[in-house]
Amino acid sequence: MSVITWKYASPQYFYPLAGKMIPWFSVLALLFGAAGLWLGFFVAPTDAQQGEGYRIIFIHVGASWMSMFIYLTMAFWAGIGLSFNTRMSSMMATALAPTGAMFAFLSLWTGALWGKPMWGTWWVWDARLTSELILLFLYLGFIALQAAIDEPRRADKAGAILALVGVVNVPIIYFSVKWWNTLHQGASVSLTQAPSMAKTMLLGMLMMALCLWMYTLAVALMRVRVIMLERERHSEWVAQLPEVQP
Amino acid sequence: MMNAFGVLSAVVRRDLLVALRRKSEVLTSLFFFVIVASLFPLGIGSEMDLLRKIAPGVLWVAALLAAMLSLNRLFANDYADGTLEQMALSPVPLGLLVTGKILAHWFVAGLPLVLIAPMLGLQYDLSPRALMVLVISLLLGTPLLSLIGAIGAALTLGVRGGGVLVSLLTLPLYIPALIFGAGAVEADISGLGAAGHLSLLAALLTLAVFFAPWATTAALKIALE
Amino acid sequence: MTWNSPAEFFAMGGYAFYVWGSFGVTALALLIEPLLLKKRRSEVLQSLRRELFAKGKSR
Repeated sequence: MSVITWKYASPQYFYPLAGKMIPWFSVLALLFGAAGLWLGFFVAPTDAQQGEGYRIIFIHVGASWMSMFIYLTMAFWAGIGLSFNTRMSSMMATALAPTGAMFAFLSLWTGALWGKPMWGTWWVWDARLTSELILLFLYLGFIALQAAIDEPRRADKAGAILALVGVVNVPIIYFSVKWWNTLHQGASVSLTQAPSMAKTMLLGMLMMALCLWMYTLAVALMRVRVIMLERERHSEWVAQLPEVQP
Repeated sequence: MMNAFGVLSAVVRRDLLVALRRKSEVLTSLFFFVIVASLFPLGIGSEMDLLRKIAPGVLWVAALLAAMLSLNRLFANDYADGTLEQMALSPVPLGLLVTGKILAHWFVAGLPLVLIAPMLGLQYDLSPRALMVLVISLLLGTPLLSLIGAIGAALTLGVRGGGVLVSLLTLPLYIPALIFGAGAVEADISGLGAAGHLSLLAALLTLAVFFAPWATTAALKIALE
Repeated sequence: MTWNSPAEFFAMGGYAFYVWGSFGVTALALLIEPLLLKKRRSEVLQSLRRELFAKGKSR
């Protein structure tokens, strides 16, 4: 078992494996997406309070979950890369960051479009929205730091430290923003008072979240393959790939 | 070999001496703090009620930006002339030296802000009690800013566009300090009592004292590789 | 079934702008990201092919 795992921890073996996995994850993403959209638009009933506007939830919740989950995964791989000096895991962390930032942005975007008809403003300084904004800043910091360092291994390690410091800080930030929010806003607006959710709604949300998860896996593997090619361009295994034969 | 305290005080003394030689740099962040805090009433208007209300936030944001301005100097000069590399090679643990440098940074960039803050608070018509809470919150908060900022400064050492990058990295991490620091003064003004905010700030400081020098040292070792 | 006609579906009970604004931008983002990656990949592959070709010639 462990021999197999270690084998795939080297780019040379992981590259073709990732290539084989991408179509599977893409197909799964499409299937889950189709199921989620069908449930969300055609099966889930109209909400009593929010009318059809609540259907934004199907994309919003999934995007928010993914933005947080990807940050944790990214920090995990970055930490592994830092402590065991494995190139592959650091590359995985780098590959995840842009997708995570995109989901953080989408979560904010759909949140704003949801907030406008429901609360009358595009933006409220709600604890969750504010934390999501800060999460986006953390992603941007990670991406900017790695982009500014030319030497890949140094970029990996510096990014790892930043990601780990970020992971320690995310709960502290969330708690502090929540504390600040309760003092300033009272209970004016709250995302938590969701109407008693129908089973179909929950199922639709789950399907959409799974779709985004599979999408993330597919895209992250695509990006990590490109990063591998870029970084290891002078190695023997890249020269022997069938796709680069002149 | 010197004991830990001896090393610490030697590093602090040395960094303070270097800072004294470059007075203009030290004064820049202090003036920045004063000017930013004085500009706000000009932009917002001289209504005392409003000023009293925004004072905690404005003063704290100004202090935060002023502390950030000086972060680049924390390691950059020593990195450029090779001193940092010698420090890493010396038998003394680098973490200790780093702690000393952060402490010195606070003496130069943090403490002056704490001392001048009451004067700026007067511009915003804060009560003596609120002024005292402001000073205490800054006294607990500015070391926290130096500690967290050191991580960002170490990560961006010798990196392209490090000056702008350091603000992008550290500002999100400063948010809890800002919330509890400004919140303490605000809570005191509104009569809620600042004790809760201040103890949380102290807890954050304790956490940072243990972890920040360690993370900074790791980041410096990467930069020196 | 919630909807009686396609027009009603697209109107989303008056929330069309918000609902389709959310889903549209998300769909766009999820489409553009893989396309950009495909482009980046083909650029890398092309430069690699050119490099190997040049090497092969000099050999």
